[in-house]
Amino acid sequence: MVSLHTRRHLINFLSQIGAMLTVCFGLFWLGWILLTLLQYGIPGLKLSVFTQMTPPPGSQGGLLNAIAGSFSMVMLSTLIATPIGILAGTYMAEYGQTGWLSPVTRFINDILLSAPSIVIGLFVYEAYVVQVRHFSGVAGSFALGILVIPVVVRTTENMLKLVPNRLREAAAALGTPQWKIVTMITLRASRAGIITGILLAVARISGETAPLLFTSLNNQFWSNNFNRPMANLPVTIFDYAMSPYKDWHSLAWTGALLITFGVLGLNIVARAFFRQNKPGD
Amino acid sequence: MSRQISDVRLSVHFLADLLFKNITRFFAFLVLLLLAGISVSLFIGSLPAIRQFGFGFIANPAWNPVTEEFGGLVPIFGTIVTSAIALLIAVPVSFGIALFLTEMCPPWLKRPVGTAIELLAGIPSIIYGMWGLFVFAPLFRDYAEPWINSHLGVLPLIGYLFHGPPMGIGMLTAGLILSIMVIPFIASVMRDVFEVVPPLLKESAYGLGATTWEVVRNITLPYTKIGVVGGIMLGLGRALGETMAVTFVIGNAHELHASLLMPGNSIASTLANEFTEAIGELYTSSLIELGLLLFVITFIVLALAKLLLIRLSRLEGKLY
Repeated sequence: MVSLHTRRHLINFLSQIGAMLTVCFGLFWLGWILLTLLQYGIPGLKLSVFTQMTPPPGSQGGLLNAIAGSFSMVMLSTLIATPIGILAGTYMAEYGQTGWLSPVTRFINDILLSAPSIVIGLFVYEAYVVQVRHFSGVAGSFALGILVIPVVVRTTENMLKLVPNRLREAAAALGTPQWKIVTMITLRASRAGIITGILLAVARISGETAPLLFTSLNNQFWSNNFNRPMANLPVTIFDYAMSPYKDWHSLAWTGALLITFGVLGLNIVARAFFRQNKPGD
Repeated sequence: MSRQISDVRLSVHFLADLLFKNITRFFAFLVLLLLAGISVSLFIGSLPAIRQFGFGFIANPAWNPVTEEFGGLVPIFGTIVTSAIALLIAVPVSFGIALFLTEMCPPWLKRPVGTAIELLAGIPSIIYGMWGLFVFAPLFRDYAEPWINSHLGVLPLIGYLFHGPPMGIGMLTAGLILSIMVIPFIASVMRDVFEVVPPLLKESAYGLGATTWEVVRNITLPYTKIGVVGGIMLGLGRALGETMAVTFVIGNAHELHASLLMPGNSIASTLANEFTEAIGELYTSSLIELGLLLFVITFIVLALAKLLLIRLSRLEGKLY
């Protein structure tokens, strides 16, 4: 019979080993996936990827139109969604102390934050694509924009709440009207946090495939018309990976490498930026 | 004279204030409208299917575009099974990670490990799918599934869950990959709620000679159990709606199998695969009804998660 002391410390020791193993478990997959991307993606990483259009099967080509299309849709959706998100977040933080609107919006917003992105795509299909009768880059941007809004609302609200009330009171004591307090002082003080939120939102939508499947579709050619189906990287990767052609597979891996390291890089940059410019510092 | 000017200024500011407040209020309201818009438009889109199939849709395993008979049982079953597998793996792992980060990790290691785990959530879902299909599934088929077949397949009671040819893709693979994807979400909530435990409580326990495990088991967990459950629900919400990764590896077969090694289908993967190819009003609207069901299920799960987490933060204010 082992002593109570030994048993307690044995259990403690085992639990600590277990916890360390779970961390290794998590890091193992991260490492494996990143290594896979490097292994299959780097051989195809040539200059032509950035200068040529997506090819038909069996010929050489690049991902230029897909990258450009993704870039413009992400830009447009961020431009649409960011002001909406910031204003809504501002209301909740600055005016929402009383009344029902602010808590209800906060609750719904947090649910939208985790809502399945494919359902958002379905919604935009029903509400927009069916009405105008064609797939388009605008529809894709709407779908992505709906994914951006909750992220921006939440960070804006959280960041504004970090601004000390002293600042607001000092400004009010000088006779500043409230709209000026909000726009010139509190929003400005929380600028770094809000920018971080926007960067994280951009990182999130850059890799989203599901909401684009029924909205922007995809395009084999250079597409700069937002009213037509628009080429984009995630759906191109999906189509090429599911295809039986070898050279399409290799392009898909290269695209996957670009998108993953782009998104992860953006994530890290956003965090680093936030640490350096923390509100209140 | 100067008095008049300041009066004018005051009224301008008064108007500007009113305007600004109402603009921001409008956009806050817009977020609510978004939710209403999603529910209403999905409901309208699925009306033809609801009229045709009624409540039987949920329990009908048929999915036949030719005879136009559709039922949601297979995708609903697949969604629930894959999410359950994901939680089964992700919950203990996330707990371990949160435990490591809050109680054991030296301060200099906290940030790199925490960030690395969170980066798992940053990897786009389609990448998990590609990696799962081309790298993980073949290895799983060659090494893991034969072993599962011969060791778990012969067990009484649960053996039938592990029968079937080793194909690499199927519900078990989908569940496994889902679990990796939801670990960062659950772990991050657990870490956050573990950190709200008052240090005073933990230090008292340590002062009495408790080990780290005893502190976590008897102080941290009871104090944060509502939040932990909330985090798990949040992860469940994520797992239910995950699309691209599952689409790659679940096998996309409209069949009902007891065995986890067999291919199946989830709601999200059915939508991703079939929606653009669906012809006819009934087919499209059945798919939209599936989407509506998914939205309702995730909404309920996420709302519960949120309510639990709100309750925890209230308790925190009250107890001490």
